[in-house]
Amino acid sequence: MRFAPKYAKSAAIFATLAILSIAAAAQATSIPETRLINPEDLVKLLQSSGKDKPLMIQVGSHVLFSQAHIPGSEYIGPASSEAGLQQLRKRVESLPHTKFIVLYCGCCPWSHCPNVKPADDTLRTLGFTNVKVLYIADNFGANWVDKGYPVAKGE
Amino acid sequence: MFLVAVAIIGVVAGLYSLRHHHGSPVATAATANQAAPDFTLPQLDGQDLRLSSYRGKVVLLDFWASWCEPCRVETPHLIELQQKYGDRGLQIIGVSMDDSPEPARAFDQQFHMNYPVVMGNAATGELYGGVLGLPIAFLVNRDGRIYAKHIGATDPAVFEKEINSLLRNP
Repeated sequence: MRFAPKYAKSAAIFATLAILSIAAAAQATSIPETRLINPEDLVKLLQSSGKDKPLMIQVGSHVLFSQAHIPGSEYIGPASSEAGLQQLRKRVESLPHTKFIVLYCGCCPWSHCPNVKPADDTLRTLGFTNVKVLYIADNFGANWVDKGYPVAKGE
Repeated sequence: MFLVAVAIIGVVAGLYSLRHHHGSPVATAATANQAAPDFTLPQLDGQDLRLSSYRGKVVLLDFWASWCEPCRVETPHLIELQQKYGDRGLQIIGVSMDDSPEPARAFDQQFHMNYPVVMGNAATGELYGGVLGLPIAFLVNRDGRIYAKHIGATDPAVFEKEINSLLRNP
């Protein structure tokens, strides 16, 4: 790909910042695959009968949650903030450590999501052993809503 | 030599990241030529901003949030574009999708943003077809019609090319 000279400087700066950004927010990519669940698998699980249904927790933005979220999921708050993590700890404090929990966000492309990794780390530290993180490659709109998967709106 | 190598690697990796890590920036024509839905929203200083009051200008409507890493990459370039093309009729408007104004204000101060920022909400997102991932930008022509929609961090050269094209039409 070629850039006109007048765009070269900004492209170089943009690329450098992009790298720095990836390095800063690459946390989600360090979650092992064994702890991930794909959208299609979660949909199958939710639509199946007789299976243990997970507690689903959205750890991203409330504005995004209000527009669209997985039916039955709960909003906790951005886990990139201490306030969000406190809410998460409070929500799970009375749950057995074997409780099946699915965390999700979808605010940003996976490599840039600042929320799922801190949330996952927190639950692991608390001793929860049955936690999955929903792998959302691009964002909740593209990888869930646009796929026609079940969606709820509002609080 | 080392710095040159780092710069080359940076550009290549950055371009790769644009395609593979930023959700493949997409300029879609799905909303092209539709009137940009009007809204009135509070700015960070509390004063209302009405989108339609900018009719006659080329408007870049940028949905972002303070916690959004690609937005942090994009913002300095938007500031540059506003500075460079503001006199010719470009108006960038930031729509913060933060849950509260405080982090947006901190972001605004940190980056010295030179364009207005309003506090968006779920209704605003739905007006624009659902803002379910950030950043998302809409480029609006002087007639108030959507020219392009960009999902994910967008190469500033792409913005600049489109802005130049729209500014040429009085």
